[in-house]
Order: sequence, then C-alpha cells, then structure tokens
Amino acid sequence: MLGLKKHDLSLLIIVAILTMAAPFLLNPFPTESGMAQFNAGYPDLMQKFVIFGIFAIGFNILFGLTGYLSFGHAAFLGVGSYACVWMFKLLGYNVLPGILLSIVVSGLFALLIGVITLRRSGIYFSILTLAFAQMSFALAYSVLSNPKFNLTNGETGLQVYADDPQWFHSDRLPDLPHLFGLSMRATHRMELGAWEFQFNVGYYMCAVIMLLCFYLAIRIFRSPFGLMLRAVKSNQQRMNYTGLNSRPYTLAAFVISGMYAGLAGGLLSAVDPLAGAERMQWTASGEVVLMTILGGAGTLIGPVLGAGLIKYFENIFSKINESVLHGWFGFLPDGLEDFVITLVYPFVGKGWHLTLGVIFMLVVIFLPGGLVEGGQRIGRLFRGKKPSGAAKSATTEPAE
Amino acid sequence: MGILEVKNVNKRFGGLQALGDVNLSVAENTVHAIIGPNGAGKSTLLNVLVGKLIPDTGSVMFDGQSVLGRKPYEINQMGISRVFQTPEIFGDLTVMENMMIACFAQRDGAFRMHAVGSMWSERDIVATAEDMLESMNLQDKRDMHSASMSRGDKRRLEIAMCLAQSPRLLLLDEPTAGMSRSDTNNTIDLLKKIKQDRDITIAIIEHDMHVVFSLAERITVLAQGTPLVEDTPEKIKGHPKVREAYLGESQVAA
Ligand SMILES: Nc1ncnc2c1ncn2[C@@H]1O[C@H](COP(=O)(O)OP(=O)(O)OP(=O)(O)O)[C@@H](O)[C@H]1O
Ligand SMILES: [Mg+2]
Repeated sequence: MLGLKKHDLSLLIIVAILTMAAPFLLNPFPTESGMAQFNAGYPDLMQKFVIFGIFAIGFNILFGLTGYLSFGHAAFLGVGSYACVWMFKLLGYNVLPGILLSIVVSGLFALLIGVITLRRSGIYFSILTLAFAQMSFALAYSVLSNPKFNLTNGETGLQVYADDPQWFHSDRLPDLPHLFGLSMRATHRMELGAWEFQFNVGYYMCAVIMLLCFYLAIRIFRSPFGLMLRAVKSNQQRMNYTGLNSRPYTLAAFVISGMYAGLAGGLLSAVDPLAGAERMQWTASGEVVLMTILGGAGTLIGPVLGAGLIKYFENIFSKINESVLHGWFGFLPDGLEDFVITLVYPFVGKGWHLTLGVIFMLVVIFLPGGLVEGGQRIGRLFRGKKPSGAAKSATTEPAE
Repeated sequence: MGILEVKNVNKRFGGLQALGDVNLSVAENTVHAIIGPNGAGKSTLLNVLVGKLIPDTGSVMFDGQSVLGRKPYEINQMGISRVFQTPEIFGDLTVMENMMIACFAQRDGAFRMHAVGSMWSERDIVATAEDMLESMNLQDKRDMHSASMSRGDKRRLEIAMCLAQSPRLLLLDEPTAGMSRSDTNNTIDLLKKIKQDRDITIAIIEHDMHVVFSLAERITVLAQGTPLVEDTPEKIKGHPKVREAYLGESQVAA
C-alpha cells in the first residue's frame, strides 16, 4: 500500500499513530502531581518536536544517505522562517502561501550554496557550508537590515506590524497565523480525571506535514535515487568509474534537504510569527547534526527520535531548578541532601547541555547507530536471537 | 587502427618517470596483456586510460575519440570499464545492491532523478542483476554485505559489475591477485567464456604467468615506464630482453 513494503508501511503507521496520539502519550502525569513538570504534551513543545523532526528528516537525506556533513543547514531554516513572515506581512496571516514560499526560497538558496560547496567533499565541504551559514547569519543580523533596505529587521527579528500591507487580510480572519480561518493557537483542552490534554491546531497541522515528509523520505530511501545516494557515501570512486556522475546526485540531495529545512523554518514562523537571525546561527546547525547522530544517521526514524530527545531536554530538563531538587531529595538527611543536590545540580536547569553532552558521548561510543541501534538491541534481547532485518523495533519508543 | 591507441604518453611524478614514451595499440576483440615488474607503471597507464590521471604529453584515443580531458564517468560511458588492483566496490551495500547500481548506470546513464518508485519495482534491473550474479556464482551471497566477502568474491563482484555495463573495452588490473588456485582457474574460464560470448576487448595486467599465457593473444612488456617489447605469447616466452628485465628465473617455467 502507498507504494511501501510491509515493514516500511508498519513503521509509517506506528509513527502516524504516535504523532496523532501525542497529546495523550506525552502527558502521562496528572496535572497536580509532582511529576507534571515532565509532561511534554503542551502545544509549544509538541510543535517543536514535529517541526525539528522535519528538519532532521531532511538533514538525514543528505547526511545519512550521502555522508556529506553540512554544518550550515540552519541557514535554510532561517531563510524559510523569513520567507514565511514576509508572506504574513504582504498577503496576510494565512500560513499556506508562507509555507509554500519558504520551501521554494530555501530550495533556490540551497541550489546556489550547493553548487559552490559540493565542489569539495569531507571536512572541506563541512567548513564551506559552515562559512556560508555564518555569512547568511551576518547578512540577516546586520547587513540586510538597514533603513533603506530592511529585509530581516536585524536583532529585533522580522515580525508583522500594523502598517504592513496584508493585502488579503480581512476583519473576519484571526489576527494571528491561521489556516483558512483556523487559528494556529486554537487549542481544545480536555479534562480527564486528574489529567488534562491539549489538542492544538498548529501542532496537528505540523504533525500531518511531518508525516507527509516522513512518507516522502521513506520513498526516497527506497528509490533508485536513494540507492545512488548511498553509493555516494560508500565509494565515490567506484561510482565515477561505473559511469555515474555523483555531483548532480549530491546536489539534488542537498537541495531536497535544504527544502525540508526551509519548510521547518516556515512552520516555526507559522506557529509563532517572529523570525530572528539566531535561527541561522552555527549552534542551530550543530543541533540538527546532533539530533541526526543521536537518533541514528541513515535510519528512517532515528532523526525524529533524536530531534524529540534534544527538544525534550532543552525544554524539560532546563526547567528543573534547585527548589525542585530540594523537593525530590527532601527525604534525605540534611547533609546528604545538600551533597546529592550539589552533585546533581550542574546537570539540570541551565546545565542541561551537560547532560545532553554526556548522553551524546555515551551514544556515539556505545551505540554508533544511535537510539535506533539501541532499540534494535533491546528488541533482539526480547525476541531471542531471531534473524535481524525485521522491523526496526525502536519505533516503540515514545514519539517525542 | 586498434580500438585503443596510446601515443607517446609521458607521466612524471616529481623526479620519477612513471611512464616514458608509451605507445600501445590494442586491437578490437582481442585479449591484450600488459606485464612487467612491480612499479613498472602498469597501473599508472590504466589510470591514464580511465581519466584518473592526465598524462604530461601524448594522446589516448578510444574508438577514434580522445579520452584525455574527459571525466572518469564520461570515459566509462564511452565504453571503458575498469576492475581495480584493490577491489573497489560499494562496501556498505549488499552484493545485489552493488549489482543493481551497475545496471542502473548502464540503463539510465550518468544521472537520472528517479526518486519516487521503489528500486525493487524495476523488474528489468532486478532480473539483469540476478542473472549477472548467477553467472558469477554469487547468487548465494546476494544479500550479504559486500565488504564482508572474501577478496576473491569482491573481485568477482567487481568484474560482474563491469560486465553488466557491456563495456567495449574491459581493463583488468591483476584480477586474480589474492585468489586461490581454483578461483584463479575459474576466473580464467570465466574470462574465456565472456570473450566467446560477446564482442569485447580486454586489456589485462597480471603477474600470474599462468593466467597471462592462458588468455592473452598479445603481450606488452613494460619496464620502468617504457614498453620493452610487444609480441605474441610464444615469442614473449623466449625473448631474451624479457627474461632479463622481468621473467628472470623460475617464472618462465610456470
Ligand atoms: N599518484 C602517484 N604519485 C606518485 N607516485 C606514483 C603515483 N602512482 C604511482 N606512482 C609511482 O609510479 C610508479 C609506477 O607505479 P604503478 O602503480 O603504475 O606500478 P605497477 O606497474 O602497477 O606496479 P605493481 O605491479 O606493484 O602494481 C611507482 O614507482 C609508484 O610508486
Ligand atoms: Mg599496479
């Protein structure tokens, strides 16, 4: 069905079920309980999960398949964000034109950068992409923001002002991003005993788009084109002496992944109509590399898992402060309590990067295949030593 | 005029004259062996033929067209396939996937955006790839990671991939190096059969004289980058210059 083999189809279905049920799955703790702060089922974070999932899925098409490690993909994310906000400013708050334009503009931008950077491979390619992204950042941050020609609105970030044209805006429509009148912020809250679940329009729109992106990625992975991309990674020499021109293949992969990134950027603006230059910074480019490697580069589901894990840490672990720790370890004798908290404290709150770093190191050293490999190993343990090649069991992990 | 005409080719690496005034003519539909001691410049010559190296001077014509200045993939598309001295295959991929890549390259050319359908739904490609594997006796290893095969199997896979492209000129750089005696004999039989079945010209570099004398119709002896003699196998066997420069002692008997 859908042109997929059985095990890819079941993977797609599982991911679809998990993303659709995410508002329930990510809120396992009752609202009033002490564990409620670990709930991730609120719109803002769920949107990030799927949007960065798209970013990472696209990045994986380039990095996972061809092995070309781009350190500049945030530039496309940023370009997509700006393009979308510009559509808000010019046309109005319907997200559709903005999302479409963000894909087109980032695709063209990726074509330009790809033609230049793909002349080199390996570390030189990475450095070139990094240089381009930093140039884009500088352009967005200062150069393209001056009174005569203000494309990016510099440090403040690009946003919609009251005197913007918004040609197609009418009073009947929400004064915030919407899809044909359906506001991205609209959230239905459902109380169920001690639990509360939130169903947000912006999340569901992004989730459906992510599923489409995921489906497309599966098709690319299994296509002759995908096979050629894997050939690029495996042995470019053999490829060239087999009569294949690797350059257009890598360029196509680069542009496709740039379009995914642009789409993700457009969606970020769609759920929050403010585009800042910091989205293009090298840390943002590095983040998607971490997501992909953490989840499992070259696997289908890995990047989505990696994106979820990192966003979860960024938003949940960073909220744990000292008083929360005192709450947890209050049962210990005073001296011991202080000691334990001193030990734990650097790893939570602002120190969440430290925990992430440790996890990243452990994964790279012990699970080079990322979380997906971890899941496969666990799956194998449970199933006994059945021949491998069966469905990637990692999908049973939370859909974060 | 041979299908391959090499004229006055020179190549220097710093102070080393790797190829010095090489002239070589390979007649169509023959097996032409190039032999010579280690470091004679045999692989360097092949590198020039496939566009990996650009010679300092000289010309290389394939079927009346110059190959110099063309990219490796363009030269391959002209009809020249090469098996390398150390096997070059797609190690991360399965044997079948390796084969399919060669078949796609043969059918679709240097680039084709073909990203929607599944690769397994390309029935003609799958069928050709499976046939080729069978003819090389690799069908049992179909789903194996190609990097985990023995060196001899890798070489056979590489030969199969080159043949799948129906090249007009096949360049083999020590195809039996690292093979057992029986695998070597199988390869000899295989190459003989290929030669019978299709119109193909083969240029083979080989240290194993048993292989050379079983296959070659003409032999060029290369020493220190320069062709010493070119002749039929019978003449080469007894040639004093060759004995002196290369065959030396015991190998003549082999
Ligand atoms: N890219 C290169 N740069 C510098 N020197 C090179 C290069 N390629 C080959 N050489 C040198 O050129 C000479 C010829 O090398 P080549 O590989 O052609 O020899 P060969 O006849 O194939 O030997 P063998 O039988 O050992 O494979 C050698 O001395 C080698 O070190
Ligand atoms: Mg050699």
